[in-house]
Amino acid sequence: MAQYILRKLLGAVVVIAGVSLLVFILTRVIGNPVDVMLPLNATAADRVRLAHQLGIDKPILTQLGEFITGVFHGNFGESWYEQQPALSVALERLPFTLELSGIAMALALIFAIPLGVLSALRPRSLLDKVTSTLSMFGICVPNFWLGLVLILIFANTLHWLPTSGVGDWRYLVLPAITMAVLPLGRITQIVRTAMLEQLREPYVVTARSKGLLEFWVVVRHALKNAGISIVTMSGWELGRIIAGYAIAIEAVFGLPGIGSLVVDSIGQQDFPLIQALTFVIATCITLINLLIDMTYPFFNPRLKFK
Amino acid sequence: MKQPHDILEHVTPLLSVKNLKTYFRSEEGGVIKAVDGASLHIRPKEILGIVGESGSGKSITAMSILRLIPSPPGYFAGGDIVFENESLLAKTQKEMRLIRGKDISMVFQEPMSSLNPAYTVGYQIMENIMLHQKVSKNQALEHAVDMLKLVGIPSPEKRVHDYPFQMSGGMRQRVMVAMALSCQPKLLIADEPTTALDVTIQAQILRLILDTKDKVGSAIMLITHDLGVVAEVCQRVVVMYAGKVVEVAYVNELFNHPAHPYTEGLLSAIPRLDETRDRLTIVPGSIPNPARMPEGCRFHPRCQYADERCRTEQPPLVSPKPGQWVSCWRASGVEGSEADVAATAEA
Repeated sequence: MAQYILRKLLGAVVVIAGVSLLVFILTRVIGNPVDVMLPLNATAADRVRLAHQLGIDKPILTQLGEFITGVFHGNFGESWYEQQPALSVALERLPFTLELSGIAMALALIFAIPLGVLSALRPRSLLDKVTSTLSMFGICVPNFWLGLVLILIFANTLHWLPTSGVGDWRYLVLPAITMAVLPLGRITQIVRTAMLEQLREPYVVTARSKGLLEFWVVVRHALKNAGISIVTMSGWELGRIIAGYAIAIEAVFGLPGIGSLVVDSIGQQDFPLIQALTFVIATCITLINLLIDMTYPFFNPRLKFK
Repeated sequence: MKQPHDILEHVTPLLSVKNLKTYFRSEEGGVIKAVDGASLHIRPKEILGIVGESGSGKSITAMSILRLIPSPPGYFAGGDIVFENESLLAKTQKEMRLIRGKDISMVFQEPMSSLNPAYTVGYQIMENIMLHQKVSKNQALEHAVDMLKLVGIPSPEKRVHDYPFQMSGGMRQRVMVAMALSCQPKLLIADEPTTALDVTIQAQILRLILDTKDKVGSAIMLITHDLGVVAEVCQRVVVMYAGKVVEVAYVNELFNHPAHPYTEGLLSAIPRLDETRDRLTIVPGSIPNPARMPEGCRFHPRCQYADERCRTEQPPLVSPKPGQWVSCWRASGVEGSEADVAATAEA
């Protein structure tokens, strides 16, 4: 088991390094931050001076060398706008996004698992059809649009909830719902498919033949075996929330998470901050994957013995 | 002549299946009559064999007894199942749950997939024990270990913590037997318990079922398509064909004087060691599609003796001699006046 985790950790390091390298190269290719930072009427001399100040006039390999040396000292450089270490700027924004993502994920799971299980128990029933249709809607609808529609209805028209910003729990309701809709749709479908497959297995009949209550046959026997698919999909969706949905949704609701910082840093072409953010997000996702991997032996005991 | 249900006048049957009809609604809107008027019974501590081709309704009959037919699409269209003088079909699901695993338990065909891969074998045996007996977890574990010992699993106190994938097919089937017998059921239904196993293991499992049966005192309903197995272990045999019981007889009688042409065909299909044959004898044709059963006797398209009457009228299940019933016009005489009313009520 320890060896298994070690191997996974090693893989995680390779992934994070690869992603960081890729983003380092891409930022240097997509544009020149000097264009963004200086006013339109800046002189050529100003531009050269700024480029020198930022260190982006050096050959790309030299820059890369400095970047890598910095990373090994936990130093991603200073954010060009915030004038603070980029890594701490990124980390400061992380807890908010993690909290929001956690709430959204919990919301998705609380509804997805019962809905998926009930659909699998009664395939082609009315409940199944309604659930499938709504899941498809959840998967297809763009979440930034959904966020705007929810603001329009519940904040602007009904005045039940605030439109945007931070404050008490009411400020998190609409963003969390918006964030949960897509994972909810996808996980519901995965639960349904996995449960349909498991409910056909002979061990389910064995469990029933013992006189076990149908609820326990479904939950204790079938759902545990369906667990791997569900957990895998949930981990994947959680990664997508943090590295994807958060970006659009935090922008729509004006929230101070890592997603809105990603948008700002790319707009400002703040290279050190982009690199630090990439590192933080990639680390989060590999850690999530690692945690998911570590739950597998619970659902499939065979893995305990490998 | 005796009627099917009162043949065992001396002993009250433990379980009687009376003219059972288990149907399924097909997706196209038709009705599949998987079991269509089957009657049989089993006495306490008896070993009854049920034979027939795949699709003859053997397993559906067994699942009907435990009321484990998925509904929809399955439903009971008629008949009754009486266990210890009480109708199982009249029981609520809650009452059935108290019977399943306690009074009637079942061993399935596939030891590989009939155990849950995510739980230890001990847990799965304990689950059955704790459902039906008021015992602590530790007592249940002890009982599970005892059951594993009973079915001949070496170092049971260690193997009780094994997962199914750590065991061979034969071992898993032993676990299934241990689980099924853990609450001393009055009836053990074994649905092709040896079909998926190697021949040597098959013999071991059969022996095991017989031995433990003696210790536990259960009656056994052994569903199989292996007539050799039947000859070896069963006292009586029920032959099923296309959802109906076509012949019931004591084992010796069945093998020496088969009364139904289908039984005759099955017996002649058994290869013999003392003969040289280029080809195995077969029963020509195949079992009819349950959604489109032939008119009259269901076996007539494959029967060498079939005449006009067989093509139009269903033969009743009658008893030409004590202990034997058969559903064939050749056995029931021209008038068919001995027809069992219950068994042919739908004809």
